Amino acid sequence: MVHQYKLNGCNIVLDSCSGSIHSVDEVAYDIIAMYKTSTADEIVSAMLEKYADRPDVTEEDVRQCIEDVASLEKADKLFTPDTFAPMAGVLKERSGDVVKALCLHVAHTCNLNCSYCFASQGKYHGERALMSFEVGKRALDFLIENSGSRRNLEVDFFGGEPLMNWQVVKDLVRYARSVEKERGKNFRFTLTTNGMLIDDDVIDFCNREMSNVVLSLDGRKEIHDALRVDHAGHGSYDRIVPKFKKLVEARGGTSYYMRGTFTHRNPDFTKDVFHMADLGFTELSMEPVVCAPDDPAALAPEDIEIVKEQYEILAKDMLRRKAEGHPITFYHYMIDLTGGPCIYKRISGCGSGTEYMAVTPWGDLYPCHQFVGEESYKLGDIWHGVTNKALREAFRACNAYARKECGDCWARLYCSGGCAANAYHASGSIQGVYEPGCELFRKRIECAIMMKVKEDEKTEEAAE
Amino acid sequence: MTRIKTLETRDLCASAKNGGCGECQTSCQSACKTSCVANQQCEN
Repeated sequence: MVHQYKLNGCNIVLDSCSGSIHSVDEVAYDIIAMYKTSTADEIVSAMLEKYADRPDVTEEDVRQCIEDVASLEKADKLFTPDTFAPMAGVLKERSGDVVKALCLHVAHTCNLNCSYCFASQGKYHGERALMSFEVGKRALDFLIENSGSRRNLEVDFFGGEPLMNWQVVKDLVRYARSVEKERGKNFRFTLTTNGMLIDDDVIDFCNREMSNVVLSLDGRKEIHDALRVDHAGHGSYDRIVPKFKKLVEARGGTSYYMRGTFTHRNPDFTKDVFHMADLGFTELSMEPVVCAPDDPAALAPEDIEIVKEQYEILAKDMLRRKAEGHPITFYHYMIDLTGGPCIYKRISGCGSGTEYMAVTPWGDLYPCHQFVGEESYKLGDIWHGVTNKALREAFRACNAYARKECGDCWARLYCSGGCAANAYHASGSIQGVYEPGCELFRKRIECAIMMKVKEDEKTEEAAE
Repeated sequence: MTRIKTLETRDLCASAKNGGCGECQTSCQSACKTSCVANQQCEN
């Protein structure tokens, strides 16, 4: 499948099934668009007519370009047939029942009261609870026991607000470190926090043990404080920003993400991204809110086009910042063209419900953090393992080829069929499709690839 | 003249032969916690 688009002065041709990306001029762009439906003579005639005022567009030149396209097709870099469908379930089948990542809900409670919180202010529609060390230790043992030959194991401390159970977090990290070598494992810990309880101890421990920290900040003070309030209704911006700055500085400015949420209130979210950059933060992520469609925070249909335009504004501004020597990164634009995931991973997706699970404070297992509190999505627990095997099989069946709506989508090997939780919340089924999310995802990929093309042009110019 | 510039990319067809080790980071553990493989890196 071939996807052609024009963005920021670039003519881009993406060959979905080989992963090839071609930067072309407008003549080649038009030739490729006609290549599969027209004869060479028809293409020549059309090009000579369209570009009659261009002395460089000659019949010989057009035929040469058609030959170049044919060569790319022969080399499996253009119009590459999709031969991957038969391997759609291979990675997950081959992985068996291996679990390699856990989201540990160490606190089902929160010191903030954000109205848009998908976790209902950290309680996940249930009672307030803190995970005990014993439950956390058993969760880590469960992970080791079920990780098969996987060496890299990942644990995210999540909530609620995980710093409200900080001693347990530290004790669990120490326990994992004490056993990882003898078990042949490598634990990578991450922490997601609202920042309210960050102190010197947290900074020191995180910067020693956490491979990544995710810091929740929605951007501009008036945007952040409108929704991210404490239980007295007071905004949290002024209390957390100095703490975040201190943590990031102590961390050397790397291995963190400022993670914001944008809502119907601020579809012009680039202003919030740029505000975070103005504060000195460079590793940035802004995500559309996840909530019920009738929630006041939910993105409205008219917001989608605004957000897509914002993604383009962001990409162009990031190129400018990079050229001026003060770059920022945006999570969704971090694409590694040569070192990205293999085809198995690109088909099979995030692994929720199979290799990735969430653990509640009392040890129940769910497919991911966004299903916690949905009783019908309970997989089992950390003592008995996965007992709802039918549910695990349903998640195992989620992949880039599982939804007929994805059949003609050029981006399916980038999103792997999309987020099961988003699909569930939008359609009631993990096999459903959240079309607005798809639109935004495609725009993000288009922007990310455009940035790669522009960077490639810069590299070429510098070499000349 | 060359009207087509092909960027260097990982060959997905070739990765069917040398991929699938499963060691790469679970995407949900990185930054977004929503909208989750485009931003992952291979660790094989």
